[in-house]
Amino acid sequence: MFKLKNISHKYDGKTVLSLPEVDAAQGDHWLLLGNSGSGKTTLLHILAGLLNPTSGSVIIGDKDLAQLPKGELDRFRGKHIGIIFQQMHLLPTLTIRENLLMAPYMAGNPQDPARVAEVLESLDIADKASSYPQTLSFGQQQRAAIARAVMNNPTLILADEPTSALDDVSCEQVIQLLLDQATRYNATLLIATHDQRIKSHFEHQLDLDKISGEGA
Amino acid sequence: MNLLKLSLSYIRQRKLNTLLNVLLLALGIATIVVVLLFSKQMEDNLTRNSRGLDAVVGAKGSPLQLILSGIYHMDAPTGNIPLKEAMKMVPNRAIKKAIPLALGDSYSGYRIVGTTPLYLEHYEAELAAGELWDHTLEIVLGAQVAREAGLAIGDEITSSHGLTAGGHAHDDHQLIVKGILKQNDTVLDRLILCSVETMWAIHEEVDEAEDHEEEHEEKHAHDHDTEKEHDHDEDHQEEQASHKGHPLIMKKTGFAYTPADSAEAITSLLIQYSSPMAAATFPRFINARTNMQAASPAFETARLFNLLGVGYDAVQALGILLIITAALSVFIALYTAMKARRYDLAIMRTLGASPGKLLWHVILEGVLLAFLGTAAGLALGHLASDLLGQWLRDAQQLSISGGVFLNEEFWLIGLAIVVGIISAVIPAIQAYRTDISGTLAEK
Repeated sequence: MFKLKNISHKYDGKTVLSLPEVDAAQGDHWLLLGNSGSGKTTLLHILAGLLNPTSGSVIIGDKDLAQLPKGELDRFRGKHIGIIFQQMHLLPTLTIRENLLMAPYMAGNPQDPARVAEVLESLDIADKASSYPQTLSFGQQQRAAIARAVMNNPTLILADEPTSALDDVSCEQVIQLLLDQATRYNATLLIATHDQRIKSHFEHQLDLDKISGEGA
Repeated sequence: MNLLKLSLSYIRQRKLNTLLNVLLLALGIATIVVVLLFSKQMEDNLTRNSRGLDAVVGAKGSPLQLILSGIYHMDAPTGNIPLKEAMKMVPNRAIKKAIPLALGDSYSGYRIVGTTPLYLEHYEAELAAGELWDHTLEIVLGAQVAREAGLAIGDEITSSHGLTAGGHAHDDHQLIVKGILKQNDTVLDRLILCSVETMWAIHEEVDEAEDHEEEHEEKHAHDHDTEKEHDHDEDHQEEQASHKGHPLIMKKTGFAYTPADSAEAITSLLIQYSSPMAAATFPRFINARTNMQAASPAFETARLFNLLGVGYDAVQALGILLIITAALSVFIALYTAMKARRYDLAIMRTLGASPGKLLWHVILEGVLLAFLGTAAGLALGHLASDLLGQWLRDAQQLSISGGVFLNEEFWLIGLAIVVGIISAVIPAIQAYRTDISGTLAEK
């Protein structure tokens, strides 16, 4: 589903990331492990097409991200990749419903209110559709952020440290939610984390600490 | 969702800031609207009322004052002129029309004008009710006078001396309302009209009384000083008007002049030339050869506009200054907002927005603010003009309203939109250049 070929990234002349080939199939669930500073976020941004790697190529589906023109890359990301950040960053001026509709609007997909209802229902926050993000609890905000990420039926879901701020129970719930949603849409899921608690859920793991050790 | 909703949501979020920006812009726009409406309507007023009038002949003094009092009924008259001398000039070939006016009295602030039916004809006035005056002491009311003073046909009023309310009342003579004119958007609307003879009749006793008391401060339509020059022209005059109502004078003035009236006086004559050539010679003739002066409305109103123009320019400059301040304020608001919102912008990019979309999102925000400010400014400007106009209507013979819309206002809307775009350009470029990866990695 996605393929990373000899990715390396330099920042200020220092190599912050260096990877051999990684190949993931559609529907796989991946864990991207590494301590802070190991380049997890950098790799996540490269995978999402938010950052160009210094060398190597990223192929998602049948598209080589480096080959896509800029505007098309934005659109491709909107349509096919759902991203969940550690800070939810729902837009504070919009209701949850409007926040969710931003996903199809920005990606250029039709805006279907029924789809919003369906996604909110699956994440158990249907009653919050007309609320503003700041009135929601942390957990509800996280669900809303996940809802926004899956609005466009993405083929790839990326999550950056979704559990690091959570207690064990909530951590477990969020991982279950992400796995559920990924399975529901048969999306490839990749979670970047340094949270050792969730390791057991994933058969595919990429440990940047080990790889960079090997690579160097 | 759409960009409009998105931009509006951010404007709604910064309520106080939005209020400030909208208010600043609204004040600037309103100031310019008021100036536009005033200058335009003032000009229309002045040209409408002086249409077809080439000169005003009256007593020597300020020519502007003569025009203001003679045509617009706004200032005090310059004084009186002897009827005999005025009529002597009428047969002059340069003159096509010479409408006599006798001023000096008023009724609760409305000026009473002694004239001839030619005056009404000139302004194409039509009667809404009743008929024209036929005898002395009969009056015809302008539409506004009848409406505001609540007078009807058959009502009797007492004129008072002077042009403002509260002068000496001529209570020996009751003036009776014979007719009411239709509204015709000229000075006539605010005038009370009667024959020249009526004005003389009202003043007969007063003048005698005042002669005794030697009170000559007020100028009115009877001046005994002229009698000194009387003998001098006597023979000539009688020759010209041997029978009642010299036909040529009757035709040009609408006034049946007989030598018996030669001792009387009027305030001014409104002149229409028979040919444009007269403009070159006639005023010079009057100013050099007679004790009177001829003033040109076109020239004097142009001079008036030059004087007013400075004031207009100053106020307009203030309006432009306010608009520039508003633009700067919108710019600062958006610029600081972009810093606070860079994470929001980055999120929009991850959702698939192109940099161009974010550019338009911010530009639209500036344009929306400008649009709100303009709408508020136009409303405010028209409201202020209307209130000022009402206040002026009571004080002066000017009808200015806020209900008039000018093409220039569309330009103003365009200008405001441009201001909105300009003030949003730099913040929009900031948004366009948002480094998504760098911003998202910050936290």
